[in-house]
Amino acid sequence: MSDTAIDRSRLTVSDEVAIQILGMNKWYGAFHVLRDINLTINKGERIVVCGPSGSGKSTLIRCINRLEEHQSGKIVVDGIELTNDLKHIDQVRSEVGMVFQHFNLFPHLTILENCTLAPIWVRKVPKKEAVETAMYYLEKVKIPEQANKYPGQLSGGQQQRVAIARSLCMRPNIMLFDEPTSALDPEMIKEVLDTMIQLAEEGMTMICVTHEMGFARQVANRVIFMDQGQIVEQNEPEAFFNNPRSDRTRLFLSQILGH
Amino acid sequence: MSGTHAHSAAFVRDRMIPQEPPPDRSIGALGWLRQNLFSSWLNAALTLVSLALIGALLAAVLPWVVHSSWTANSLSECREQIKAAYGPEESGACWAVIRERWSQLIFGFYPSEIYWRPILAFGTALGGLAPVLFPGVPRRALYLTAAAPFLVPWLLWGGTVWLPVAVAFGFVLGYAGFRVVAPWAGGILGAIAAGLVPVLWWLLLAGKAAGGLQEILPLGIEPVSSRNFGGFMLSITIGLTAITLSLPIGILLALGRQSRMFIVKVICVGVIEFVRGVPLITLLFVAWLLLNYFMPPNTNFDIILRVIIMVTLFASAYVAEVIRGGLAALPRGQYEAADALGLDYWKAQRLIVMPQALKISIPGIVSTFIGVFKDTTLVSIIGLLDPVGFSNSIRADVNWNGIVWELYGFIALMFFIFCFSMSRYSMYLERRLRTGHR
Ligand SMILES: Nc1ncnc2c1ncn2[C@@H]1O[C@H](COP(=O)(O)OP(=O)(O)OP(=O)(O)O)[C@@H](O)[C@H]1O
Ligand SMILES: [Mg+2]
Repeated sequence: MSDTAIDRSRLTVSDEVAIQILGMNKWYGAFHVLRDINLTINKGERIVVCGPSGSGKSTLIRCINRLEEHQSGKIVVDGIELTNDLKHIDQVRSEVGMVFQHFNLFPHLTILENCTLAPIWVRKVPKKEAVETAMYYLEKVKIPEQANKYPGQLSGGQQQRVAIARSLCMRPNIMLFDEPTSALDPEMIKEVLDTMIQLAEEGMTMICVTHEMGFARQVANRVIFMDQGQIVEQNEPEAFFNNPRSDRTRLFLSQILGH
Repeated sequence: MSGTHAHSAAFVRDRMIPQEPPPDRSIGALGWLRQNLFSSWLNAALTLVSLALIGALLAAVLPWVVHSSWTANSLSECREQIKAAYGPEESGACWAVIRERWSQLIFGFYPSEIYWRPILAFGTALGGLAPVLFPGVPRRALYLTAAAPFLVPWLLWGGTVWLPVAVAFGFVLGYAGFRVVAPWAGGILGAIAAGLVPVLWWLLLAGKAAGGLQEILPLGIEPVSSRNFGGFMLSITIGLTAITLSLPIGILLALGRQSRMFIVKVICVGVIEFVRGVPLITLLFVAWLLLNYFMPPNTNFDIILRVIIMVTLFASAYVAEVIRGGLAALPRGQYEAADALGLDYWKAQRLIVMPQALKISIPGIVSTFIGVFKDTTLVSIIGLLDPVGFSNSIRADVNWNGIVWELYGFIALMFFIFCFSMSRYSMYLERRLRTGHR
């Protein structure tokens, strides 16, 4: 998809564990949406999660920062177990950044205010420092000149890059992406993917729900395929795309790559 | 299209066109008239019919307004003066009643030599509201905002200066209670202490403390009883207090209604639905007759205070529902983004949710406020002398028996000025808060 040359040798994975999910189950009412999820993710890994609509991909990554509550099993993020303890939840949330399909920028605040709000109010960073950090990351996603505009005045691609910068301003160790490019016009997808590739090169632990298979081949070190709330297959991207082992995976791949 | 070379497909402009004024038809007064009043035959016809109607109305009313008497001392004298001046068939307005009674219509029976006190109180209240309403006002004015709730009632009712000081001290106690309890008992118990300590102080000790201090160091101004309050001063006292208090209470009720804590939710829904389901006039009768039964014996609970409590409760329930509408209009993604960034509940509400929900709710909130301000006229039914109550007693006067239009016209005009300014303010606020096109 993206033609930015990337040097895979720079993508290193540490052997420290970032996220550990053990025997996790989740229900929406009576509907068993996630079933016996076991997943260990090390620091520096770039995981792409794919699967048909309704398979529970969003629910899975939303459990990692507790936007959704799991009912059984264990989730440990950066050494902190997610329980009902609000302190732990807040701690995890300030370590884990999230980027949404529909950007979810705060429309009543300027781009700069969007980026400085959480550092100032959650991390208690002095305002001046927060502004400097925000400008640093806005520069990085290549839109420092928009800092004083409101989200409604930006294009979709620009908004999504602001959303990424806003998460980065909290200096997270882990980034979650839930279909970050699927609400974008084709010509804007590349600018967002380039930003994500850059992040990967800097060693960020990333979990991306996406259907951008080019991105998966280039950046991911592991692709996870989900169906009906279960992890059906996971493998390195080359093997995953060239030799899918399960029939469901083959069917899915033929549908999204086929035509 | 000047400058195009028709004979070849390739094109290069050889002469730039300078700016030119638009054609006369689209600018200036004439252009405006053409666009807005005579844009089509139908529009032109409507314009002419409306002009005719407005003309007829003015022709009927203006002579009455202008052929008036300002000097008479009774209605019959008015009529004689008008007949003498404009002819026996003319009828005109008797504005003399306003000249004679305007001070009562505005201040009620408040002692005239201390009219400066309600005027200063009104000024203080406006000064306290200014930094909240307009961002341009220097932030230092917020001190006045903090002092106004104690200063204004003291100026109005007078008495010892120690009472407002003792009441204000309750807030200090509440804060201290929170700081002492919260570190070892957690935020919820801290909040309970912050609420309970000041209430106990106000109910049991504040009055005695103020009395004691007054004996040691007598400082005060002449007290004025609630019985002497009346006119627009009364409407504004009730209306302004209810309006300023109902916004924060309404916000809390709206949030409580969405709370995941069952008890909180049930209480908030109960209050909102009960208050909305009952006419304001019933609440006022409750305030008038019943509320005293619930108070400890021998506490003389001021009637105006009781009315203010009821009107505030009434306004809060409506404001809460308007805000609930604003909350419902907010996309779920906003809450999720706030959560994902690690903002806790109150920070998310304060920084993300409320600014947007309130912005959406501005027209509804201001409508509620305007309605509440006008509803303060209902207190005339329980015997308080607001402008409408006063106009009844003026009409009962032998001299002014039979006067109607002039009094009600004056009252309507005054209410219109207040309500229209609120409405204009809300439009200003909407314009100021408009960000981007979403
Ligand atoms: N709040 C909810 N309450 C009840 N059911 C839900 C809720 N959210 C999602 N579901 C259901 O759970 C299942 C998994 O949803 P999820 O959003 O995780 O799927 P997904 O894999 O992200 O799909 P998509 O590719 O369409 O985003 C779906 O069947 C969905 O209908
Ligand atoms: Mg999804």
